[in-house]
Amino acid sequence: MATEAHGGEEGGLVFHPMDQFIVQPLFGDGAINMFTVTNATLWLALTVLAVIALMVLGTGKRAIVPSRTQSIGELAYGFVYKMVEDVTGKDGVKYFPYIMTLFMFIVFANFLALIPMSFSTTSHFAVTVVLALAVFLTVTVLGFIKNGASFLGLFWVSSAPLALRPVLAIIEIISYFVRPVSHSIRLAGNIMAGHAVIKVFAGFAAIAVISPVSILAITAMYGLEVLVAFIQAYVFTILTCVYLKDALHPHH
Amino acid sequence: MATETTQAAGDGLADTVGVASQDAGSAPGMPQLDFATWGNQIFWLVLALIAIYLVLSRVALPRIAAVLAERQGTISNDIAKAEDLKRQAEAAEEAYNKALADARAEAQAISQRTREEIKAEVAEANKKADAEIAAKAAESEKAINEIRATAMENVEAVAKETALALVAALGGSADAKDVDPAVANRMKG
Repeated sequence: MATEAHGGEEGGLVFHPMDQFIVQPLFGDGAINMFTVTNATLWLALTVLAVIALMVLGTGKRAIVPSRTQSIGELAYGFVYKMVEDVTGKDGVKYFPYIMTLFMFIVFANFLALIPMSFSTTSHFAVTVVLALAVFLTVTVLGFIKNGASFLGLFWVSSAPLALRPVLAIIEIISYFVRPVSHSIRLAGNIMAGHAVIKVFAGFAAIAVISPVSILAITAMYGLEVLVAFIQAYVFTILTCVYLKDALHPHH
Repeated sequence: MATETTQAAGDGLADTVGVASQDAGSAPGMPQLDFATWGNQIFWLVLALIAIYLVLSRVALPRIAAVLAERQGTISNDIAKAEDLKRQAEAAEEAYNKALADARAEAQAISQRTREEIKAEVAEANKKADAEIAAKAAESEKAINEIRATAMENVEAVAKETALALVAALGGSADAKDVDPAVANRMKG
């Protein structure tokens, strides 16, 4: 659709770096309502399938000496499990499946988005805001359930001088409520920016003189994006663990 | 508000680059801020997350945990078995060394005993030989003494006779009764 919309202007230098993020129906081109199957739906489904392929099909043999795929699955398991255990402590381990779900979804969505012509689901605030809000609400509710009113001790820095504590409390509360904002914008922003930059470089490739430089730049950016894809998934997950730790043990 | 600003900025950019004004369907500027698609995206996202959660928590994670536990068990089992075998090997070596030492000690004892037996036998034989020699020596001495005694008697008789003959030859009246004590006296001195 998007390409059709810009179909008229082929000559000259045209950038549409953001067009790759447009959500459009997969079949036909009607309006998008809640249940329309869109390109976002397709890539979310592919993400689910990729997770299943690695974690279920890859470990199907339950081999004592693992195959390569099973090794990667076990590596992912061990990576997230250790992260949860290290950051939140032993009592956080029961939330491991939820955190594993987050990590596997983000990491696969990010990597699938690196396939040319794909759609990057995690570049959309709709996705990351839901993820971040889910974490924020869960962690806040959990904090109150586990600790009752003493969860508010999280904002009362008892190690600071008494006069400073109200000020610090205000700062702590603000920073607490900024968490979901930064949590969601960090992920979507990184993915969106990287992909947009690659697209801009790709636009320059239309000029024959610059195209080698442009292709080199795309290659370099792509390498960086591979790194970012993993690091952002890691950052999102470890921040979730940190927030969970605050909910379980609010007293520093 | 923010959306409109971005939209305006997006339109501005589009104008400078030369894009015709976009139709209402495609989001201007950032498609991320086209809230018309949020409901759709959130619906499918939640579905995807639930699917991943169910698959992971019901199938994948228990399976991987089981595999890891089993591997850990196998490894520690194997290590225990290896340690056991090593201990057995050490015990066997010890037993072998002990047997060797025993055999050596026994050999030593046997040789010692044999040596002592031989020594005792030799001593016995020596003693016997000594006794025999002593007996023979005593016998010989006796025989020699006898011989000497008879020789002395013979010498005395010869001396008496000779003395008698001498006295007679010299013209004296030889009487055995006078000569014999004189000769015996002389021989004693």
